[in-house]
Amino acid sequence: MTTTTPAIGSIVPGAAGAGRSTSGSPRRRAAWAGLAFIVPGFALYALVIAYPAVQALLISLRDYKITPGAISPWIGLDNYVRALHDPVLLRSFVNAAVYMVATVPTQIVIGLGLAVLLNTALPGRTLFRVLFYLPVVTSWVVVSLLFQYLFATDNGIVNYLLVDVLGVLNQPVDWLGQRWTAMVAISALGIWKGVGWSMLIFLAALTGVPRELEEAAALDGAGAWRRFRHVSLPHIRGAMTTVVILLVIGGFNVFTSVLLMTDGGPLDQTQVPLTYMYRQAFGYLDFGYGSAISFLLTGLVLVISGLQYWWARRATRDGAA
Amino acid sequence: MIAGSRRRRVTVAAVRYALLIGCALVLALPFAFMVSTSLKPHTLLLEYPPRLIPSDPTLDNYAQAWGANSFGRYFLNSSMVAVATTVGTVLLASMMAYGFARFRFPGRGVLFAAVVVGLTIPTMLLIIPQFLLAKNLGLLNSLPGLVPFYVGTQIAFSTFLLRAFFEQIPAELDEAMLIDGAGPWRRYWDLAVPLSKPALATCAIFTFLGSWDEFVWALTVINDVSQRTLPIGIALFRGQHGTSWGLVFAASVIAVVPVVIVYVVFQRQLVAGLTNGALKS
Repeated sequence: MTTTTPAIGSIVPGAAGAGRSTSGSPRRRAAWAGLAFIVPGFALYALVIAYPAVQALLISLRDYKITPGAISPWIGLDNYVRALHDPVLLRSFVNAAVYMVATVPTQIVIGLGLAVLLNTALPGRTLFRVLFYLPVVTSWVVVSLLFQYLFATDNGIVNYLLVDVLGVLNQPVDWLGQRWTAMVAISALGIWKGVGWSMLIFLAALTGVPRELEEAAALDGAGAWRRFRHVSLPHIRGAMTTVVILLVIGGFNVFTSVLLMTDGGPLDQTQVPLTYMYRQAFGYLDFGYGSAISFLLTGLVLVISGLQYWWARRATRDGAA
Repeated sequence: MIAGSRRRRVTVAAVRYALLIGCALVLALPFAFMVSTSLKPHTLLLEYPPRLIPSDPTLDNYAQAWGANSFGRYFLNSSMVAVATTVGTVLLASMMAYGFARFRFPGRGVLFAAVVVGLTIPTMLLIIPQFLLAKNLGLLNSLPGLVPFYVGTQIAFSTFLLRAFFEQIPAELDEAMLIDGAGPWRRYWDLAVPLSKPALATCAIFTFLGSWDEFVWALTVINDVSQRTLPIGIALFRGQHGTSWGLVFAASVIAVVPVVIVYVVFQRQLVAGLTNGALKS
């Protein structure tokens, strides 16, 4: 993830007004005023975000004991070494990768499709947009319970549709009782909840595509698909990069749905890194190992996002050349 | 030729609508089952085949959910936490953003960069050290104790959004007030804040929705039944009532309705804030 650097050279009224004065004192007063605005919020931010971020790393290097008075010895990279040899952790990363592969491309294709369909002066456009976005604003807790209910084994609605209505299956499936079928249910939730978000981002990007370009291409006899492929798509490349990177990050960080639908079970078959971290930390009170898992996940996600960003930049440059 | 193109346009519009309505139905179906189940009498919850339209709908589940196990208390708790978080975040973030946007001082770039980095830190990475911090500060198991952590988590996004907004306020307006002898606080409160109402509203809505729905942190630090927020209440409803889904979904609908209202009323601001945030990064 990159962010724009703050414009340090910008003209700031407070400073500009002070600069006209010959003495240094108003300028200094402006500096103090600026700091005064920042200090309350920044102090809180430093306390509950920045300080814990540093602590997280330190805890991961300890055999952390939560009991009062107990000593938490430094153990270097032992927690990380242990992680590399933990088959459940490996499985949790595989599960997250499967979830990512199942949900990210699907959300992008459906989200982009919906955005294209809505990118026109269409009566009821806002209604559709609001409706498609509704799952995004609904809490993860509610939708996780809802999908657990839909994917129930006995009398579940998905089983009913597949067995009795469509006749695709002969007998009900124990969706949440086995690893891969549970991943199907969890991924279905991820897609259903997420498509509205990518639709919205793509819709905003498509609105920025100049009409004249589309019309010119249409006059040249380009069909709908070719106009989309050669006019719209290059214009929304930036949005596409953002969506892909954020969805991949989100995919690896899947948590609440798994916690509530399977809690990593049965027998750790459906653990993902964050549910496993949570179990280690708040189930077994192994805070050191939990923190190490968090850092491994964060590191992996950072590397993947960095690669995606680099690849997207290179693709843009090659395309422009 | 023209008639042909018109027929083509009509066909395109029809296909467009058909696809949109199809997708809308698929997306709405889970919600439909949620509402339908919440309206079914207890004995009918395991009916097979499942019916989307309940044969004799009842509001019993809603009455029971609202009365049961201090659910009303959870609703009140969530409301208080969400309001306090929203006020705190918007106030502190707008002050910070104003300081970053309108003043020059040593370390400004570094401090702002530190805030922006916060946007990229996964919240779950911090949950262990934050838990220990809350424990040391005596903020475990306390409803007001949730607020500083929620504000801290949400403040970076709002600061980022508001700073860009404050920077666009023309410098002449500030200078006019300066000539009138207005100090920094008055320029912030009487000029920047009123001019930024739409951006402040966007931040307020995001913060409100974020804290209303927050689950993991509250689940981790809250033990007492009386201190629970709505998401924990709903998640635990499942176990307490032997998965009586009618109750669970009645409670869910009660929790979701405020969100839907806020979202539908303010969707324009939400969309603007969201797309700005995503497309600028």
